[in-house]
Parts: sequence; structure tokens; C-alpha cells
Amino acid sequence: MGKIDRIAEPWGTRTPYGPGQEWPSRVDAFLEEGAAVERWVPSASILHSNGDALDIAVAGGRIVGVRGRADDRVNRGRLGPKDLYGWQAGRSSDRLARPLVRDGDRLVESDWDTAMDRIVRRSKELLDERGPGSIGFYTSGQLFAEEYYTLSVVAHAGVGTNHLDGNTRLCTATAAAALKESFGTDGQPGTYADIDHADVIALFGHNMAETQSVSWARILDRLAGPEPPALVCVDPRPTPVARAATVHLAPLPGTNVALMNGLLHQIIENGHIDREYIDRHVVGFDELAERVKDYPPERAAEICDVPAADIRRAAEVLGTARRLLSTVLQGFYQSHQATAAAVQVNNLHLIRGMLGRPGCGLLQMNGQPTAQNTRECGADGDLPGFRNWANDEHIADLARIWNVEPDALPHYGPPTHAMQILRYAEQGSLGMLWISGTNPAVSLPELARVRSILAQERLFVVVQDIFRTETAELADVVLPAATWGEKTGIFTNADRTVHLSEKAVEPPGEARADLDIFLDYAARMDFRDKDGAPLVKWHDPESAFEAWKECSHGRLCDYSGLSYARLRGPSGVQWPCNDEHPDGTERLYADGGFWSAPDVCESYGRDLVTGTPVEPGEYRALNPGGKAIVKAAAYLPPHEAPDADHPYALITGRTLYHFHTRTKTGRAPQLDAAAPEVWVEVAAADAAARGLAEGDLAEVTTPRGTVHAKVRVTGIREGVLFLPFHYGYWDRAPDGGHDRAANELTLTDWDAASKQPIYKTAAARIALAERGTGPSAAPTTTASAPLAAAGAPTSGGTAALADEQPGGTR
Amino acid sequence: MSVAAVLRELHAHEQELAHRLLRVSERHRPEPEIHHLARDLAGWSRRHLVEIAGTGRRFGLDLDPDPAVEPGLAARLREKGGELAGRRPEPGLLLLHDLRGVHVQAAEVSVDWVMIAQAAQASRDGDLLALTDRCHPDTLRQMRWANAHVKVLSPQILLST
Repeated sequence: MGKIDRIAEPWGTRTPYGPGQEWPSRVDAFLEEGAAVERWVPSASILHSNGDALDIAVAGGRIVGVRGRADDRVNRGRLGPKDLYGWQAGRSSDRLARPLVRDGDRLVESDWDTAMDRIVRRSKELLDERGPGSIGFYTSGQLFAEEYYTLSVVAHAGVGTNHLDGNTRLCTATAAAALKESFGTDGQPGTYADIDHADVIALFGHNMAETQSVSWARILDRLAGPEPPALVCVDPRPTPVARAATVHLAPLPGTNVALMNGLLHQIIENGHIDREYIDRHVVGFDELAERVKDYPPERAAEICDVPAADIRRAAEVLGTARRLLSTVLQGFYQSHQATAAAVQVNNLHLIRGMLGRPGCGLLQMNGQPTAQNTRECGADGDLPGFRNWANDEHIADLARIWNVEPDALPHYGPPTHAMQILRYAEQGSLGMLWISGTNPAVSLPELARVRSILAQERLFVVVQDIFRTETAELADVVLPAATWGEKTGIFTNADRTVHLSEKAVEPPGEARADLDIFLDYAARMDFRDKDGAPLVKWHDPESAFEAWKECSHGRLCDYSGLSYARLRGPSGVQWPCNDEHPDGTERLYADGGFWSAPDVCESYGRDLVTGTPVEPGEYRALNPGGKAIVKAAAYLPPHEAPDADHPYALITGRTLYHFHTRTKTGRAPQLDAAAPEVWVEVAAADAAARGLAEGDLAEVTTPRGTVHAKVRVTGIREGVLFLPFHYGYWDRAPDGGHDRAANELTLTDWDAASKQPIYKTAAARIALAERGTGPSAAPTTTASAPLAAAGAPTSGGTAALADEQPGGTR
Repeated sequence: MSVAAVLRELHAHEQELAHRLLRVSERHRPEPEIHHLARDLAGWSRRHLVEIAGTGRRFGLDLDPDPAVEPGLAARLREKGGELAGRRPEPGLLLLHDLRGVHVQAAEVSVDWVMIAQAAQASRDGDLLALTDRCHPDTLRQMRWANAHVKVLSPQILLST
């Protein structure tokens, strides 16, 4: 067994393999020095969406480390840096251990009865005075399926509100929306195993090396083996993906639709389409062919500011691929025309007939570990089991399962999305907002606005979390929650793989599982079904899972063939798993088979520009036979374009070493040290033009605020500034001002179709604040690598030495 | 010929629609989606005005391809005055009222397009028919957009405020 510093070498040692071969195993582990492990408890990674299977090491009632599971299809034993070191955060001494309640301008320690009484009293007052529309819930992509499903029942059928969404709105709403537009229903078509077979892998706005580092290791292993795949990368930053790519396109932020249309134009013009597949399985092709005629490479090149020759070359690689795998993430989802752009990637696969076969995969990725469950269970602005809010039969079916009257379920419109819930809070019609497992005071756009909304006297804010976050500081009641390893439940990764995560240790103090908190609220509110029995009929994770199975039965996300007992066996089953597919399903949509017929589809779609839901009759006429839908879109300029005052396009994003607002990763010493402070990435020419050098403190300003960050000069495309969004204020002096979080600068605007906020088109200016004394603290191992050597390379030293065993079985 | 008369009316109605959309955008700035989209959709009407003016020449009309549609200073002052005098209705109700106005105005434009399309078809005027094919679908989308927001916002504004 070897030792390796996984801060310095995030993707570990190569285990090369060739097309069609099985990805070799490599077992990664990191244990506390001298740990005498008593038990290994099965789970999966919780700090990204890859769903790497791992076992938690326990000694003396504490978590002391983690080890990857070699037999699992997702990671074959590997773990990423966040998994290896991140678990230490759960043991922090500043975990929330008791409920807090507001006493004037302070939060004071309290007890569960007092805290829950306050919540129940306010809920009942609001229901009496202003009805269910005055209560909203904003949840997470990091709880477990059982918890989302319970919250979904509580919100939709108990309170009766339409206002329930997750922070998945920020990370994965466009993935879901794009899948619904093209295939009628959410659900990932491809599988990670497509990496093993593909001859071309295209990553659209997806820095997989930093967001799903273990799957990137899988691609690196293909690249190091015989007959490696060609990579196509679309990203304005010099990411590790871009550096490995055969063709790298770095478009101006906000121009993805123009670029995609340029690529599709070439592919159609070159005849690289599968006419027979289109005729059998697709509607809408003619309109697409007509629309992309307006985007010859030269026009796309002009809009995107990339060479036309590169667009031609990329189209040639994509058009001649025999087994094409595409992945899409935030570079598309959080940018202007998000859904329209992501849908064009679906179109690429539909017109090339590349779906449902080994290597022919499409992965509309997720950002968070359990975002898939937020979507499935109806906690993210959808109904449970991918049911269609505009289909009365689906509402009746849900009402039957929950034993309530159909009109008890609000379905007068699409479930309210997070940004609109916040708007209702701002305008005063929402009187209570219950936030679980997320930190909007750092993660939502335009933070000054968010803080002012959450701080309103008239808004009762409940925060359920594991740390006293920036959002918790604004709460009226704070509920201490248990986290991963301290509670049991299932979660599903971005390629539909379901893992059971078991309780390994007790939560600190009086902290409780999110499931128990929601069950307690339901009991105290005395929610009833139509026969007067308790509405929520389960009492623990396993009974909640059984209830969710029943709800999912007969839908695409069918869990009915799974059980806790089954999930404790060989791990890594992909849904749908039912009588028809007892071992799960690796790929969806083999030979068509879409869930898009009018009676079964989750959505009738939306107008990609105006966001208006398509009427049922209209959809029925468009797609009576349940084919896939090709939707065309014209490029539109972003709402906030650079101008003389604010000449740069500002984009925000993540780094490999951190997750979200650093509540966990900032408390893991190796991860914190790898990226301890915010920085701003600037192209060399732009730095020179503004008199900026590596390490200078810069002032980045948009019409909404100013952030101070040290300059990192990189190979980012000219005209673009990048800020990591992880850094907030919890680890800063209380009166330090608000000049650190990237979201001080972002704008309040969202994609009309997916309602995902736009984080990647804001106009900004940059100026020198103070001359630097050394390089910025940005990682050197990732997309933030310096153009010229700058200080010591990022490393973790002996504190970060992890075990690594290529070919290992445990 | 009466087609000219309808084209003239259409031009006026489309101008009013653009004006209303821009007014919605300006008045309801705190509603981010409505603020941005209304401005985008006003752009569609402005594009139509250019096209209608171009086609109008063939029918002997001298229509302005780029008429003033931005809410004028005087109108803004009047609105401000209304606000100060406390005569301004609840912002939520005003939003519903304004969206209804957009919907009704877009319906008027839509019927104009129907009349012109029918006449174009009957007179085998291919260019005129192509014009309606290019523009009328936009009008229907503008109409549906306003209606969809009315649907979503009504319960919240009418019941929970």
C-alpha cells in the first residue's frame, strides 16, 4: 500500500485501461493517525454528486476515517480529496448541539420544546390569518431521500403550500429542465460506465476534474491507456479538462447557445446525422435544421469570440464520433440561456442517434450529492415521482397515495421556485421561511438583497443546520441537525446509482436527524389525511423509504425493487429497479422508449425564451406518440453585458478543495490550507492593462457591490474575471464588512425556463487596491494554476498522506 | 384598400404593446423575471414595427419604423405623483393589472395579424403572408407569457398579501 499526498495529487496514481475494459480498482483511504478501527459502516460521498461508495471507519464512538469500496461500479475504490479529508468537519467543536431561539438581537440556547413550539405557533397563526401561501420551505441537495420525501408530504399535503424548493435550484435545475424538455421526464440517460466505451467525450461547461474528481480520474485512466478518447472542452477557463482536450473552445460568457448552434450547423451540414433514428424517435428536427442555418461557424465565432476553425474542428470530432459521451454542468446551467443551451447538447445526441448504447451517453450532471433525490421526491419545485403538476390524473394518483383529497394538493401552477419564494418574502406575502441544510446568505445572488430579506422583522426564519452559518445568524429559530454518518438514509448520484448511508456515530449534543425534525413538526401540527389518520404514516428511515418506494412505483424513477436489505448487499444499483429490471438499469432510452407520451410525461415543457409552460393540448398535438423532442433556440444577448464602466464579464465557480460555502471543507485542515482565501483570476493581458500583478489585492466591483481578492494571473480567456463562490464570513471577524463573498457581486436574474439563477454573466470592473507582497493563495493544481510559477505548489505535506492501493480489493 | 387600414391599426396596436411591456418592465423592477422578460418581449414588438413599416410602404402607408415607445418623462412624473398622493394601488395588484393590460393588448395585435394573414392568403400575397408567419407567433407568445404570470401570481397576491 502506497502513501500519497492527495492535496498535491488530487486524482491519485493512474491505472490505465483501454476501451471496453473494466476500470481497474484502486482503494483510497485516509485514517486518523494511529486509529484502531472497530467497525466499517457503509456510506457514499456527500461533498459532490459523483456518489463514490465508501465505508466510514469508527473507533471509540467517533468517525476516524474513510475508505473507498473497490466493488462499487461508481468509483472502484477511489475517493476524491474532499471525501478523504472532509469527514473531519463533523467532529468540529463548533457544531450546533442545542436549539437556538431569538431574543431581541441575540440567539440564545434553548430546548427542542421551546423551539418547536415557536415554529408551530407561528405556522398556525399564518395558516389562520393568511393561508398556506404564507409559508415556504427552502431545502438542500445534501439531505437524504427519506427526508425530502417527508418534507414534500409535509409541505404539499400538510401545510398545503406550493412553495417548496431546494438549493438544487442553483445547481441542477437546468439539468432537470433540459431533460424534461427533450425527453418529457427528468432522469439521467447515461451512465458513468460510458466513459469506458466512448471514443469522444465532450464536456460542456463542465470542469469535471474539480467537480467530480473520481470520474475525471476514470477519464485520465482512459487517456493513459490504449486507444484513448478525444476530448472536446467548452470552458472560458484553462481547466485541467481544457488542458487535456483535443479541442478547447473558450467562448465569451453568455454565448453558449450561439456556440451550440454553430456546432449543430456544421454537424447537420456535414451530414453527420442519423436520419433513421430521427425519423423513428424524434419530433422537431426540421425546425432545428432551419434555425441553425443562421449560425454558420463564422457567425458563431463572431458572437462567441472563438476561432471559426476551432468550431469546425470540434464539430468534426463530435460529428465523426462513433461512441459519443457528453456531460454538461454549471458553465451551461448557471449561464445565460441555460436551458436552451443544455437542450442543444441533448439535440446533438438525438440527431446523431447516440443514446442508450455503451459509450453513447448523455450526462446532464448534478452539483450536489443528493440533488437527484431532491428532484425525485418533489422537494425542488417538482412533484414526487416525476409527476406532472399540470396533469389532473397525476395529482389524483398522488392524492390517492397520500390519502388526501386532490384539491388539498396545490397545483394551480408549477411549484414555486426558490428565487420566487424569496421574492414573496421580500414583498411580504410570505411570513415564514424554513431553511434546511443550505446557506442562502452566502450562496444566493446579490447578497445585500438576500440579507435584507432574511433580516426582516415580519419574516419568521427557521434554519436547520449543523453549523451556525451566516444564514443561521439571521434566523428566529435555529435547529441543530445531524449530518452524514450520524443518521441513516439513501441517496442517489448523478448517474442514478442508489447508495444506503448508515448511521455510524451519535450526533453531538441534542442534534437530531432532519427526518426526525420533520416528523416531529408533522406530529405537533397534527396533520391528518382525509380519514382522520396521521398524514405521515412512517416513523424512521426504513419506513420512510418504504413509503417513498410506493410513491415511486410505476414511474421512471422506480425504487420498488430496492430495500435496505438489498442495499446492504453488493452496492451500486441504478434505478429504475423494479420487477421488470430487478438488477437496476444501466442506461435509459435504449432504442427510444422515452417517457414523453402526454399521459406519462413529467412536463409538457416550456417556451425556452419566455419560460411559459406549454399547454397540455399543445403538447399533445406536438408529441402524441411519445418521441423525444428536439427544441431549437436562437441566441439572445445577456441582460447584463460588459460596458465602458464595467468592461469585464464576471463568472463565479468552485475549486476542487471546497464545497459550497465551506461550512464543512473550511473545517477540514488539509482542505482549508489548500485554498484558504478568496482570489480573483485575471488574464495576463487584462492584468497588464490594469496594472495588476500576481498577489496584488484587487477590488472587483459590479453595480451590486465590491469584493477584495488577491490577483491570480492565469490562462483564463481575456475579458473574463473569475471568483470562487465558497468564501463567506463565518471565519472572519464579525465587523469585517461584506467584501469577501463572490455573490455580493452577482445579479438577480434567472433562466426563464429552469428558473436557475445566473451566476456567470455579470459586468464588472477591477482595480488595484493594494500592492501585493507575495502570490495569491489560489491552488496551483487546478484551473487556478498560475501562468508563471507563483510561490510554492499546492501540497498537503505529511498531514495529507493518504493510503492508495492500485488493484486493491479492500 | 382596407388591408392598409388594418396595417395602420396594427402598427398603432403594436406600438402600444411595446409601450405597455416597457412600462411593466420599468414599474416592476423588483420582480426580476418580469422586469427582464418584459423588456426582451418589447424588443419583439419593436422588430415587428420595423417590418410593418417596411411592408406598409407597399400599401401606400408612411409608418414610423421606430416610434417612441419608452415611457416618457411626463408619464413617469404622473406615476410618481400618483405614488406620492397615495393613490397607487398595492404593488401586487398593480402588477396583475399591468399584466392583464399586456395580455389584452397582445390579443388585439393578434387579431390584427389574423385579419392580415387571412387577407394575404386570399389575395395570394406571399410576402404579406410571410410577414404574418414571422410575427404572429411572437404575439401569441407575448400573450401567453402575460397570462402565465397572472396564473401563478394571482393566488399569492389575492390570498396571502
